[in-house]
Amino acid sequence: MTFFSFANLKRLFLILVITAVIALMTGTPGSSTAPPTTGLHGSFLERVSWFGLFAAPRWLLFFTLGVIVWVVVSLYRPRARAIRRKANVVFALPKELTNHRTTRVALIVVALVLVILLPKFVHEQFWVYLIVEQIGVYILLALGLNVVVGFAGLLDLGFAAFYAIGAYTTAWLTGALPQPALFHHPIPTLWVIPIGIVAAMVFGVLLGTPTLRLRGDYLAIVTLGFALIIDDFVETQSGVTGGGVGSALVRHPSLNLGFLHVHWGTDPTPYYYLCLLFIAVFIIVFTSLEHSRIGRAWVAIREDEVAAESVGINPLKYKVMAFAVGAASGGFGGVMTAGLVGIVTPGLFTFQVSVAVLVLVIFGGMGSIWGVALGAIVIQTATSYLDNYQPWGYQLQDLYMYIGALLIIMMIFRPAGLLPSRRRAREFADAEGGADVHSDEVLSGDEP
Amino acid sequence: MGFEHFWLSGFDQIHTAFWTYLAVGLQNGAVYAMIAVGYTLVYGVLGLINFAHGEVFMCGGFAGVFLTRGVLGDRVGSGWGSIGLILGGIVVGGLVSALVAMGVEQVAYRPLRRRHAPKLAFLISAIGASYFIQTLAGKEFGYGVNIFPGQVFEPGKIAFTLFGTPIHTLTIVSIIAAIVMLVVADRIVRATRLGRGIRAVSQDAETSSLMGVNIDRTITITFILGGALAGAAGFLYSLQSGIVQNAGTEIGIYAFTAAVLGGIGNLRGAALGGMLIGLFGSFTVPFAFEGNVQWTEIYTFLILVLVLIIRPTGILGEKSGRTA
Repeated sequence: MTFFSFANLKRLFLILVITAVIALMTGTPGSSTAPPTTGLHGSFLERVSWFGLFAAPRWLLFFTLGVIVWVVVSLYRPRARAIRRKANVVFALPKELTNHRTTRVALIVVALVLVILLPKFVHEQFWVYLIVEQIGVYILLALGLNVVVGFAGLLDLGFAAFYAIGAYTTAWLTGALPQPALFHHPIPTLWVIPIGIVAAMVFGVLLGTPTLRLRGDYLAIVTLGFALIIDDFVETQSGVTGGGVGSALVRHPSLNLGFLHVHWGTDPTPYYYLCLLFIAVFIIVFTSLEHSRIGRAWVAIREDEVAAESVGINPLKYKVMAFAVGAASGGFGGVMTAGLVGIVTPGLFTFQVSVAVLVLVIFGGMGSIWGVALGAIVIQTATSYLDNYQPWGYQLQDLYMYIGALLIIMMIFRPAGLLPSRRRAREFADAEGGADVHSDEVLSGDEP
Repeated sequence: MGFEHFWLSGFDQIHTAFWTYLAVGLQNGAVYAMIAVGYTLVYGVLGLINFAHGEVFMCGGFAGVFLTRGVLGDRVGSGWGSIGLILGGIVVGGLVSALVAMGVEQVAYRPLRRRHAPKLAFLISAIGASYFIQTLAGKEFGYGVNIFPGQVFEPGKIAFTLFGTPIHTLTIVSIIAAIVMLVVADRIVRATRLGRGIRAVSQDAETSSLMGVNIDRTITITFILGGALAGAAGFLYSLQSGIVQNAGTEIGIYAFTAAVLGGIGNLRGAALGGMLIGLFGSFTVPFAFEGNVQWTEIYTFLILVLVLIIRPTGILGEKSGRTA
């Protein structure tokens, strides 16, 4: 028994550090007016109840929990391999299931029925509203970013810009901005949908043509820079955009085509179905794109741009195309938000939103459409729950702490995501086994 | 007020207050330069942008702020006491930031390097680390509120006048401290055994490991060196502007712009780029529409975009862009 071996003691140290960090994360918050040690003091010295039995300082509780975890880990260490094998079976389950065509179709049908009937089960309008605003729109955004990051391998840190374009186009054309609508003639919100999508795509081309010559982290920082420029611009040009306060009220969609009368009020249910329809359309379009000539070109560029160019693929053209296609669903997300929320403010499109969408894509599995949709549902449900119920002393602003931790943990332990795309999963497995040397591997020596 | 008048009045302001703008520009530039060196060093050895470097800077700022507040309380520092405090703040800020940078490397970079993860994975885990640190600092010390250090100097204390323009003690002390530290960093990288290791790994990691350079150790040292400089910069920055939990994002992007402008991977380029960005930011202040300072931000990001598109290797960068 090597209970007190050096490696095992090192593990104890690591576990205790992690529990200390968790204690800090979940502890009492400090503030800018309180003395700087308030947070520390509250996180470690505050007396808490131990499962209702007796009270003791927090640090003792976390220390004990850490030691218990360590003992359990140490005891099960010899059997680790067997456990891991079992865990792999569980992890492989979704893959096994989706491998058969019939189960796949059955799963999709069940999911579709559930999703269509969902507003019938949810009685409170507030929750339907939240489902559209927090889950539906974010699925759209994640699907769009997935084309850029997952298919074409371009790290875009300014994706919220497309979202903003869609929303501000809506506000502008419906006459909710200080800048008068086109021809001084506001149009109904539903008509803005195609215009908003096209506007976002055009913007994607405009943004992509100069920037997409850059690679990797340079591209990431330029997209980030552009997003910040747009944010600054929107906030400073209050005469055009309404500035930091945002737009006036965007009217609810109403339409009169003679045979079709549409008048949506505050009930979010029609928005739900509209959103659902467009999610389905985007999933179908993106899936067929993925398996088309264009999709294969994206994969080729992602894997090795030089090689792709040498076989006659114009990288810039296809990268710009990825930007434009991804922008389409981002733009529609913006139109949805503007129509549903009714007010467009710069706060809806911050850098944090870009990162949040990126998290959805990575968590779900880069390049896997169903994975990304599932990731968006899981994470957005969790954050909506946390925001609305605030359990265990959770605060609204703490969200990005957990998101940051989640990103690191995902990258270390499951970089391919929840439901990885088959190709990506194989790439990560290859890299881990050291089977082939990636052209973009860090520290591989030959930098392009 | 016409557009022409706007530009002319901008130049007019620069004409009347040239030395003030210059001093402020150099003071900001010194801070950017010190952070930019960290970006450039890490880029040299790993070929990656350390997205969490701005947060490393922010941690140093907080450490320095709490040190001066703890020592001074409500008093105002003076004489040797002030100088001692500034040195102490630089050391404490540097130490804390070096520790944070080391932690970032251990948690967000090393495990991924072990697993031969693709580049995208590194960027994402670094963004995760950045968010984690930034939000944790917000939770402990408040979100979005500037926290000011103790008063190391009397407010508005003037060291000397330059062509009729008063130059603040704080400004001149920051510039001198920054220059000294940049020179020391440059010497460390160019003239010591450690620095030779860093340069070797930048040039060719595999070969240098065959020659007996311990790659893991070199990378850790690079993070520590960059982190220490960023922490010192954080303290100097906080003396002027106070520190806020999300200062790292904005200042980090300025510093990153500086590193790219100077040619990423090149230490002297980063220092030069930092000074240039600082001066640029200061001299564009009179050209902000309606006095809105966000315009200088827009100008600076435009510079970033233009440099990256027109000359991605920067001013001093070589073609490969990988010499430290």
